[in-house]
Amino acid sequence: MRIVVPIKQVPETKSVKMDEKTGTVIREGVESIINPLDLYAIEIAVQLKESNGGEVIAVSMGPPKAIDALKEAIAMGVDSAVLVSDRAFAGSDTWATSYVLAEAIRKIGEYDLIICGERATDGDTGQVGPEIAAYLQLPVLSYVNKVCGTKDGDISVHRLVEEGSEILESEMPCLLTVVKEVSDPRLPTLRGKQKARKAVIPVFGIKELDLDPRKVGLAGSPTKVVKIFRPKVARECEKIIARDEEKIKEAAGKLEAFLKKKEIL
Amino acid sequence: MNCSDVWILAEQEDGKILRISHELITRGIALSQKRGCKLCAMVFGNNIDEADLQDLVDRGVDKVVSVEAPELQHFLIEPYSACMHDILSKYKPEIILGGATSTGRTLLPYVAMTAYTGLTADCTGLDIEEGTNNLLQTRPAIGGNIMATIKTPDFRPQMSTVRPRSTKPAPILQKGRKGEIIRLKHNQKLLNSRILKTGFIPNEEEQSLHDAEIVVVAGRGIKKAENVQLIRDLANALGGTLAATRDVVDRGWLSYSHQVGLSGKTISPKLYVGVGVSGAIQHLAGMQTSETIVAINNDPEAQIFKVADFGIVGDLFEIVPALTKMIKEGKLSFVK
Repeated sequence: MRIVVPIKQVPETKSVKMDEKTGTVIREGVESIINPLDLYAIEIAVQLKESNGGEVIAVSMGPPKAIDALKEAIAMGVDSAVLVSDRAFAGSDTWATSYVLAEAIRKIGEYDLIICGERATDGDTGQVGPEIAAYLQLPVLSYVNKVCGTKDGDISVHRLVEEGSEILESEMPCLLTVVKEVSDPRLPTLRGKQKARKAVIPVFGIKELDLDPRKVGLAGSPTKVVKIFRPKVARECEKIIARDEEKIKEAAGKLEAFLKKKEIL
Repeated sequence: MNCSDVWILAEQEDGKILRISHELITRGIALSQKRGCKLCAMVFGNNIDEADLQDLVDRGVDKVVSVEAPELQHFLIEPYSACMHDILSKYKPEIILGGATSTGRTLLPYVAMTAYTGLTADCTGLDIEEGTNNLLQTRPAIGGNIMATIKTPDFRPQMSTVRPRSTKPAPILQKGRKGEIIRLKHNQKLLNSRILKTGFIPNEEEQSLHDAEIVVVAGRGIKKAENVQLIRDLANALGGTLAATRDVVDRGWLSYSHQVGLSGKTISPKLYVGVGVSGAIQHLAGMQTSETIVAINNDPEAQIFKVADFGIVGDLFEIVPALTKMIKEGKLSFVK
């Protein structure tokens, strides 16, 4: 079984800082990590390889330093990796990103499965997985929280939706986007880290992928950012200290009055 | 291409139109009035009641196009996307709004990619730009730390998914309001699927987190699994749904379907009550657009109070049972 896992390097959410004057995100000096939700995709891919045989290939689109994310994926059990990087890709929205990644996956060759994290914690769109699937004309199974198994070229999964979990079967190849519940990511092993150090990771750019330059980067992106601003935090907290029975009753009364004023109930 | 009208994807389950569809009507009315165009709705399903389609008209939709077949009973990506493309080519929508639901967030990107057009995810604000008549889409990003306004100036249709509960459902304007209802004859060629739905496991909680008007969230401050019951009791007394932070789920005290935050669900209920929730930035990302936020925490400096409207500082093991008791005994009248 050949599995491709697209991953993204993102800034550590906890350390995201804002430039108060411009309202933009300060990226300098911020620690970069593998998108936390991609770890579940890597883990389930490695597990499927362990039980079915085959290989797992990680692919990431980003600046040259995204190679660190790919090396970490190798340390977790991924067999090989490809970096998709080119100045021309800068400013790509989800459409252009999906176009580039889908073409990179095509170049990697035949595959049975593509497994993505449900979304990245920075852009937060969750669109790239389904968009890669659309471009490659694959069925997409989104919000997968359990992989039951594979048999005769089919895969059986659970898909987490609003009212519960759907049980679905799909022909392979197909694309899954997975949520946290699907797996419990392992830590990189010492041997994995050694392998990652030695790994040679090819870089695909616009030339290697033979892409249409009008479809990548800012120019190829249908969506344009008009402005970025900081959300207004208009909340002012009415805080009541309630350390004894009397005070608790008082606090409850005030909560009741507050909720009535807000016309919540 | 001559595009003009605003369209919504009206979602249904078992033939019944879902609340998110009514919320999209609210959005759609505002946009179509500003643009001076019609508001249209597309529905995919099976055996949908005429009354349900008329109800969309009663709430403000001018034209409803319903595509029905047994293969469209439940959401399956291939038949749904094929039928949506069919509507794109027949009616040439200018704008398409879908819910940021498990269906909308799968279907719209799939269609936007093939149609080569722009899609903006999980919008909380929509407007029309003066002069250009372009759709302005505002959404939170980076865990809600920033807001971005995005437009799709040169590609059509302009597509957005809209965060559930970010606006009120459209009320009925007039019973029997005049509108066009078209039952589009389905084309069997569009209904092939490589995915088969073989079963369904319903949620443990009675009411789904997405639909809940009141959500009570258990945080690490509850200390152990047995104490989940205290929070469940409060949720039940309030008529709300129980949820949890990542810490509580990772410890196995509640299942993943309860998790709110960056690696879980994003919710926007009328009332959020956080009990023993510290307010880690990853949690705030999933709840800070809630209408009203109430927090109960022992630590007066807890981050959660920074986004809360009302806070009670004290021991949750004393406060929560007391609150539950008062509500049950009718001493607090804020229960529906």
